[in-house]
Parts: sequence; structure tokens; C-alpha cells
Amino acid sequence: MTIAALSFYLFAISALTGGLFTVISRNPVHSVLWLILSFISSAGLFVLLGAEFVAMLLIIVYVGAVAVLFLFVVMMLDVDFAELKAEMAKYLPLALLIGVILLMQFGLAYGNWTAAEGAEAARAAVAPEGVTNTAALGLLLYDKYFLLFQLAGLILLVAMIGAIVLTLRHRQDIKRQDVLAQMYRDPAKAMELKDVKPGQGL
Amino acid sequence: MQADLNIILPEIVIAVYAMAALLFAAYSGKDKLASMLTWLTAGLLVAMALWIGSSGDGARTAFGGMFNDDGFARFAKVTILLSAAAVLVMGKDYMARRGILRFEYPILIALASVGMMMMVSAGDLMALYMGLELQSLSLYVVASLRRDSAKSTEAGLKYFVLGALSSGLLLYGASLVYGYTGTTLFSGIIASADGHAPIGLLLGLVFVLSGLAFKVSAVPFHMWTPDVYEGAPTPITAFFATAPKMAAMGLFARVVHDAFGGVVSDWQQVLAVLSLLSMFLGAVAAIGQTDIKRLMAYSSIAHMGYALMGLAAGTAFGVQSMLIYMAIYVTMNVGTFAFILSMERDGQPVTDIASLNLYSKANPGRAMAMLILLFSLAGVPPLLGFFGKFYVLRAAYDGGLAWLAVAGVIASVIGAFYYLRIVFYMYFGEEREPLEKNNSPVLWGFLMASAAIMLLGIANMFGVESIAQAAAATLVN
Repeated sequence: MTIAALSFYLFAISALTGGLFTVISRNPVHSVLWLILSFISSAGLFVLLGAEFVAMLLIIVYVGAVAVLFLFVVMMLDVDFAELKAEMAKYLPLALLIGVILLMQFGLAYGNWTAAEGAEAARAAVAPEGVTNTAALGLLLYDKYFLLFQLAGLILLVAMIGAIVLTLRHRQDIKRQDVLAQMYRDPAKAMELKDVKPGQGL
Repeated sequence: MQADLNIILPEIVIAVYAMAALLFAAYSGKDKLASMLTWLTAGLLVAMALWIGSSGDGARTAFGGMFNDDGFARFAKVTILLSAAAVLVMGKDYMARRGILRFEYPILIALASVGMMMMVSAGDLMALYMGLELQSLSLYVVASLRRDSAKSTEAGLKYFVLGALSSGLLLYGASLVYGYTGTTLFSGIIASADGHAPIGLLLGLVFVLSGLAFKVSAVPFHMWTPDVYEGAPTPITAFFATAPKMAAMGLFARVVHDAFGGVVSDWQQVLAVLSLLSMFLGAVAAIGQTDIKRLMAYSSIAHMGYALMGLAAGTAFGVQSMLIYMAIYVTMNVGTFAFILSMERDGQPVTDIASLNLYSKANPGRAMAMLILLFSLAGVPPLLGFFGKFYVLRAAYDGGLAWLAVAGVIASVIGAFYYLRIVFYMYFGEEREPLEKNNSPVLWGFLMASAAIMLLGIANMFGVESIAQAAAATLVN
């Protein structure tokens, strides 16, 4: 077994284990940690494919940002996971049945896997010879997949609009800081000096 | 690139309009502009529909086959844009009075329209997914637009979670298909699968179809429909019942014929089962409903079953019958929802069916129009809805699915019960607290126009038949 094959199996097994434990761990924080293991293993798989830029993105964006965000959400939101789990346990037998049937079907499919003629050739190499990963990706995104790239941008725009529409609330009953009003305040009008004579009130 | 951009110009115009309107409204009047923006968006959608409709025939592809501009796509796009515009205009008043006419609403509908146009034009699994997500994401947001209502929020959340699940199924199927064929282009997939699908491709096909079946709310992927229809504000429900259904059926036809046209027998049985279950569940489950929006949800499930029956025939005539069926379905639903939007008492919307008791006494004109629409929805001859059913039944029979056609007739008889029950309430019910007279001319206009089309269309269907035939011919060859 070559080093490449060995590391493939290593990364593949740890990705699957990470995924499995993400679903079944009791503590949601552990789930997120398992998820991070799964991300890192997939990054390793990308490196094996020769797509090192995507691998680094996976670590920086998914592990660095998304998973950390998940951790925050899990820690800050007071979700009663025990109750959710109890709810889930009711459907466990049915879910197991469907899962086992699906697994057997996949066993059938992958055990007898044949690709179409020319599939290997149609599937382009990750990066062409002599071009760096980033350059190859840029060429694809801005040229061949220009339409998809722009559509992805529109989808993100919709997500942003949605987040604002559904959460932004202009409350009228709170005091806000108005910096301009503060700066334009005239000291002469803001303060009034009173000379209080002894023995007399105002 | 220039030529490619020219082909997707209508989509670009709508997307750029949406972004410009967003900037403009965010920096100026905000929600005060919402009413104006709604009219503007509806006008733009109608203008684009006219442009696309008059852009002649001929099939073009752009971006290396990822985008198809052919007769089929144009037919679907015109239906989508016109119905989206109609729903925008219809629901404006309702939204404004409930204080949920935000300026983002018409913009989100415009962006959803771009997504739907991409869906029916998709020529690549990735383009399909992008269009689908653009549409779905906009719909998730508008479903929960009334955020202080628990029901509306629940509708949005339910739709989002189940929609994400279905996207997962679709993507898994797409990855299997890619694994087998080595390409995501429909033209590549159809070239590598001919005659009988090997098991890998078959699994991928089934997963992709499951994901799509969710979007058209076909049984057994329909669970979200009644709750989302009931929870979402009524104008949004009207939108869900029209344009996205057409887009999803168009995408369905596009995938099964453009990508899997070589393995018809493999997907035919899947579609036949989906169709059979949808027709019967839609017909039976609607009987017990007391809320008219839930009833319309089950009605739409049943109607999707009939449209899928046409598609299941696997022939060009099947696609033609599906297109005709969807065009008629969308027209009927616009009229029916114009009626539902006008149902109110003391300024509050009412969706209880029992509130329609003796509606005909107070509003004979509206009751008559609704009667025509309900008869048409039930498929009673000689109304237009009957011809829609007639076409799909004939397509199924010609395609060798006589058993499915017979089942369709039985389901339609069962389904007629709940439509006729509403008619019974309207004309022969018992005296109850009556509904208010709603004098909105817009709603009245849409209701009457839709009912008139159901009556007048029986002469020649306004030429839709031949257009649908030409459209279907560009898809199936």
C-alpha cells in the first residue's frame, strides 16, 4: 500500500467517524468538535486530490469560521437537547428501518459500480498541468462557470435580505446615541449658570 | 460571452432591477416605497413576459449548454412571470392593511422569479441547483414575512428545514449521476445513458426525482404543504400555489427529458407512483379540511398529481398536456386566491369554509364566478379545467398507462366532493354571520377575468394548445 492510499483510507475513515459521532454524540459541543474533525479530514482528502486551495479554504472558512459560529450558537442558545433527543427516540425504529434499507441499496449500487464509457475522461483533472490551483479556479469561476458564480452571488444577496427582513426591528421605545446632535450642541444653551444668593432659594 | 449574455438578458434585467430597487429603497423612503415598488415590479415582470413571449422561436444555448432558451423554457417563463405579477398586484392591498408590505417583498419576488427562470432553462445539474436555491431561499423568507405571528414563522421554518433536506437529497442524487457519467451537463448525461439505466445512475435519478418531487409537493414529499399554505400570509400562499409550481414542473420535465430522455422506462414508473399517490391523497385528505387555505394546499397536491401523470406518459404529447394543465391550473388558482383574499369580516381575514354560508345572497356575482372556478378545479365539463384533465388522461392512456388514467378519473370524482361542498355552502348553507362586502376592484377584476377565461377558453383555449405543442416539441425529440 502506498502512502497516498494509506492516507486516503485514514482521512476517509476519520471523516466518516467524525460524521457519525456528530450525529450521535450526547453533548452538542462534542458534536461540533466531531464536525471539525470531519472537516479537517475532508481537507486532507482534497490535498490528496491535488486541490490544495480548496483544502485550505475548507480549514479557514469551515473550521475557522463556520464551526466556531456553530460552537457559539450551541453554547449560547438554551436549547434543550435532551428533550429533542427524546422526541427523536420515538421515531428511531422507523428511522433505523429506512436507514438499513437505504444502506443495503447503496451496497448494491457501489458493490456493482460501473461508470459510463468516457466518464473518466469527461471528469476533468483538478488542476491542469503547469497552472496553480488558484489560477485554475479563477479561470473556471470567471469564465466557464461565470453564470453559476453570479447566481451564487444572487443567492447570498437573498440570504442577506432575508436575515435583515426577518430580524431587523426598529424599536421606538429606546434611547439611541445621536453623534451629530451631540457635536452640534451649543455649550451656551446646554448650561445655565445661576447665582444663588445665600439664604434664598431659587 | 457577449452572445451568452444576450441570451440571458431578461434574467439580467430583472436581477439588476432588483438590486437597484433594493439600494434605492434602502437609502430613501424604505417601506413607504413598498406600494410603488410592488406596482413597478409587477409591471417589469409583465414587460419581461411580453418580451420573452414575442422573442420568436428557435432554440439557443448559452454558457456551454448550461442555459437553454427554447420554446419550452419560454412557455414556462411567460406563465411564471405573468402569474407572479398577478399575485403581486392582487396581494398588495392585503399586505398593506396587515402592515407587512415591506419594500423587500416585491424585490424578493423578483429575485425568486429570476431563480424560477433559471430553473426552467437549466441545462446542467449545477445550474438547476442554483436556480432552485435562489427560488427556494426567497420563498422561505417571504413565508415567514409576518414575523410576529407564530404560525407564519412556523411555516417559514418548516419550509426551510424540509427544503434543506430535499436539497440534500437532490444534491446526493446529482453527485451519483456525476459519478456515473463524469459530467453535470444534461447533454452529457443523456449521451451516456441509453436504453436502461445501470444501478448507479438509477439511484442518482431516484434521488434527484425525490428532491424535485418535494418542490412540486408530490406525495410522499408533501408534508410541508398544508402547514406552509395555512401559516403564510394569504398573498404569499397564492404565490406558492402558482408560479413556483409551474417552475418546479418545468424543471421536472426538463430533467427527465433533457438529462434522462434515454431511460424513459426507468423514471416513468417513479412518476406514475408519485402521480397516483398525489391524486388520491390530495382528494381524500382535503375532505376533512375546514380551512380554505389548507383545502387549497391539498387541492394543489392533487393537481400536481395530474400534471405528473401527463409527464409520466413520457411522450411529447405528455409534456404538452402537462404544460396546458399547468397553464390552466395557474389561471384557476389566481382567480380562486383573489376570492380567498377578499374573504374578511370586521377587517380581519377569514379562512374558515363555514363562513361562506349563503355567500351567494349577499354577493351573487362573486359567488357565481367562484362557482365556475370551483367546477373548473373539480374538472366538471365543459369548463376549461375539464380540458386540462382530459389532456393529461389522454396522454397517460396513449403512453400505455391506462391504469393510471382510470385511477385519475376515480380520484377526480372523489376530489369533486370537497369543491362542490364549498358551492353547497355558498348557495344552500344555513344562515350565519355573513362576510363583509369587499369592494376591492383589483380582486374583483382578477376573480372575474379568471372565471371568464374558464368559460371562454373552451372555444379554442386562446391558442395555448398549439403553443404548448410547439414548446413540448422543443423539449422532447
